[in-house]
Amino acid sequence: MTTSFTGPERHDHSEHQPEPGDHGRQGSDLINLGDGHHEGSGALPERFENPGLPEHVHRLGDDDPAAAKRSERQVASLFGVSMLATLLFVISYIVVGKGEIVTLPLIGATKALHVALGVTLGISLLCIGLGAVHWAKTLMSDTEVVEERHTLRSPDEDREGTVKILTDSAESTQLTRRPLIKYSLGGALGLFVVPLGLQLVGSLGPLPHDNLGVTLWDRKLNGKGRRLMRDPENTPIRLSDVTLGSVFHVLPEGIDDVQNPQDAKVKAAVLLVSMQESDIKNAKEASWGIQGVVAYSKICTHVGCPVGLYEHTTHHLLCPCHQSTFDMTNDCEVIFGPAKRRLPQLKISVNDAGYLVADQGFQEPVGPSFWERA
Amino acid sequence: MTSDAHTGTGRPADALRGDDETSTAPKKKGGGAVGGVANWMDERTGGAKGIRYLMNKVFPDHWSFMLGEVAMYSLIILLITGTFLTFWYVPSMGETIYHGSYTPLQGQQMSEAYKSTVDISMDVRGGLLIRQIHHWAALLFLVAIMLHMFRVFFTGAFRKPREINWVIGVLLFMLAMVEGFAGYSLPDDLLSGTGIRAAQGFMLSIPVIGSYVAYFVFGGAFPGSEIIPRLFTVHVLLLPAIIMGLFAAHMILLIVHKHTQFPGPGRSDHNVVGFKLMPVYTAKAGGFFFIVFGITALISGLVTINPIWMYGPYEPTMVTAGAQPDWYMGFADGALRLSPGWWEFTLLGHTFSLNVMIGAILLIPVIFTALGVYPFLEAWITGDKREHHLLDRPRNAPTRTAIGMGFIAFYFVLFVASGNDIMAITLHLSINDITHVMQASIFILPPLVFWITKRLCMSLQRSDRDLVLHGKESGRLIRTAEGRFFEAHTPLSEHDRWRLVSYETHRPIAAPTEADSNGVGRRQIAKDKMRARLSHFYFNDRIEAITPAELAAAHHDGQAFESIESAEDGDRLEIDSDEFDHHMHGGAEELSSGHAYSHPQDQEPS
Ligand code: HEM
Ligand code: FES
Repeated sequence: MTTSFTGPERHDHSEHQPEPGDHGRQGSDLINLGDGHHEGSGALPERFENPGLPEHVHRLGDDDPAAAKRSERQVASLFGVSMLATLLFVISYIVVGKGEIVTLPLIGATKALHVALGVTLGISLLCIGLGAVHWAKTLMSDTEVVEERHTLRSPDEDREGTVKILTDSAESTQLTRRPLIKYSLGGALGLFVVPLGLQLVGSLGPLPHDNLGVTLWDRKLNGKGRRLMRDPENTPIRLSDVTLGSVFHVLPEGIDDVQNPQDAKVKAAVLLVSMQESDIKNAKEASWGIQGVVAYSKICTHVGCPVGLYEHTTHHLLCPCHQSTFDMTNDCEVIFGPAKRRLPQLKISVNDAGYLVADQGFQEPVGPSFWERA
Repeated sequence: MTSDAHTGTGRPADALRGDDETSTAPKKKGGGAVGGVANWMDERTGGAKGIRYLMNKVFPDHWSFMLGEVAMYSLIILLITGTFLTFWYVPSMGETIYHGSYTPLQGQQMSEAYKSTVDISMDVRGGLLIRQIHHWAALLFLVAIMLHMFRVFFTGAFRKPREINWVIGVLLFMLAMVEGFAGYSLPDDLLSGTGIRAAQGFMLSIPVIGSYVAYFVFGGAFPGSEIIPRLFTVHVLLLPAIIMGLFAAHMILLIVHKHTQFPGPGRSDHNVVGFKLMPVYTAKAGGFFFIVFGITALISGLVTINPIWMYGPYEPTMVTAGAQPDWYMGFADGALRLSPGWWEFTLLGHTFSLNVMIGAILLIPVIFTALGVYPFLEAWITGDKREHHLLDRPRNAPTRTAIGMGFIAFYFVLFVASGNDIMAITLHLSINDITHVMQASIFILPPLVFWITKRLCMSLQRSDRDLVLHGKESGRLIRTAEGRFFEAHTPLSEHDRWRLVSYETHRPIAAPTEADSNGVGRRQIAKDKMRARLSHFYFNDRIEAITPAELAAAHHDGQAFESIESAEDGDRLEIDSDEFDHHMHGGAEELSSGHAYSHPQDQEPS
């Protein structure tokens, strides 16, 4: 076993074969990255030599039985504490009530059972770990061991043998000589995943068709436009209810009667806002609303979060997901953030009974952009 | 590999010193009950050979090697606690009414998935603890994977023969992120529901097939009733199976390659210096598992994470302010926040939603592909085909270290951007300003960090050289005949010096000349030129290790002593070079571009 190397050895390692007793020493200790820079150094080696492992320094406990005994007691105490903590875990599990609350410094009021179980389990595990590591560090042998490496490359004999088996097999199957089999086999193997893939992908879901483009507002209820209903109270809204500065969360009438209310809500959710009519800068916006009361899709045109924050003074709508900001005074145009498109407006009117209704659905798809929407 | 099997019985040298050969395979008969069982097993499986080989494996010790272990242990903790959770969790989006013990939710309509998660938290004894350990372990798992990856990167541990393991690691990292996202979505609470909502928006942004992808994944329109059961299958079956398979491959390759080690006296590319698996390493690593588990349990008991009962069930028309994903998804969220809206446009009647697609769909695969190919790129540039088992100190590979830090800066900006709203509120700044600063930083910061890191590495290398040349300051003053004072320097011991002089430096390869390119195709010439340029970028500025000749020259010039005044002047190197004519001969050199060396040793004829 050598621990230091006798200067740089060079051999072209592509020709170097591992031999018994030689562990492929090609590389580390030489740096043939171009010569000529260090010339004239006489007999000095080109690189420093690896001095080998330093002297092993003994620990206190290696020579002093009292210190070793101390370590033993420390390790045993840690294991003892672990057992105690485990016992406490079991007791807490049985004794502490589900609803009991404790107030801890820094952490505040928490469930007593949860904290008791967490802390006792933690201590019981931690002490096993600390004990084991302490034991390894103080009492087990700390002399370093050296293991030799071997090049990973297989001996040429094995490599050639492998190749030979493969070529022999190709030969005996006559694969090379019978292209008909070769190509038909390739085709069959290539196609066998098709049934499996088709079954899986084909059955995962229905095709989208125009589903992304329609909302419940498009579907008349008993031949009439749907009324705007407060969410979640599910009550219709009179124009006079929408006093200046109000913001209402709105869903279409009859949403709970459809097959999948959640799916319908995602697209049909609307914000109803009342502003000073003179604040509205956009003519279409004003005409699709009534006396400064306008309705806009609540679904962000970025990736579809509900637009949740409304600033009364500026009439800005802010999406909490990535901070896209829409200006309600100007047809909900994007004034900041990653969204590109305006929020779609819902045209509203007042029906005979004085309630707000939508005579037509949104005139463009709501929510995130998708390939077919354009 | 066959040679390994043979040497199982007569390894040439398992130990440097004779006194620590203790392990013996159980002998036939004798050895008590253990020996009896071992004998029974071995006669039926022949397992002793392999087990002996494994138990004799030597593991080097370094704190940074524990990062991978932390990842492994958190994975085990996740498997244990996750299996527990499946006993109570109900993966269904069916609607029910809550009648459990948590009063604020009484009578509310919610999915069964959400209800069962509230039940685990409120009514299953210790259920909350398991949930919390599962979630904390998930966060720790991803932190550990990432730091482990940094360790491997900055020390060059990905070099031959470990490229495959690097690629497996990159895949594991990516799958762990997806696994975490799937798990995070399972409780079907308001926060995670918003995350799934956004995920559907991401899918829609894919050109041509986007809406099909979304409808297939969700089994129809969002939210539908399929996504939670499907994510459950992905989370507890599909991804864990793949992760465990890759993890096993990762470990097998680790055993085949043996650990890398930091350079040091007695260590070389041909040996491993450390402790044997049995008993020292087992005790330390096994103990460390309990430490990681214990700390996770303590944190879980004391610090609440993801209190889903406070968020309420998912409701598509509602959203919580400050919606944020788990930390490991933060960078993608940040990328979305920084993408300007004008990246979306319509062309030929179709919508190109690049403002979403780049950050949400492309970013992750692009980053992970870049990570995956890095080892191959670097190997191509250096032309180095040797096996490397000694690690680089990060400073000794300045360009690589700088690239890594530049990448971290890029990631960091994206990560911070995902908190732009929180920053705006806590710092009372305008969110617009913050976002604009971040948008600029994503372009400015990475190159800046690259440059600073590279300079820093090189000055560290320079001071290493100084240390080798001049030794340590001894604090002993010497007065010369003319009355000047010098501080005597003690030269480094052979062992200390070895750490500083043992590294290698690549030199840039020469650009192909006209003569070289005779009879070579155009493509090949372009490739060679590219390679030469990259090699120049990597290795033109470099600082080489001190050679014995340089040290001898320095001593000969009397540089074991150094003027105190000049040392105070800060830039010792320059002043020295004035004072001692030959200093540059022994000092650091930054070679100019004129020095294009080819290094035939590293370039195998191809
Ligand atoms: C790479 C490994 C894993 C990661 C990163 C991970 C991550 C997560 C996360 C972040 C959650 C949300 C926890 C919460 O409610 O706050 C979760 C939930 C869950 N995980 Fe995992 N998990 C992993 C492996 C597993 C495995 C192997 C299983 C089961 C065999 C599992 C079963 C579950 C179940 C049933 C839930 C839902 C119950 C609940 O949320 O309380 N997980 N996972
Ligand atoms: S979903 Fe509204 S900004 Fe992203």
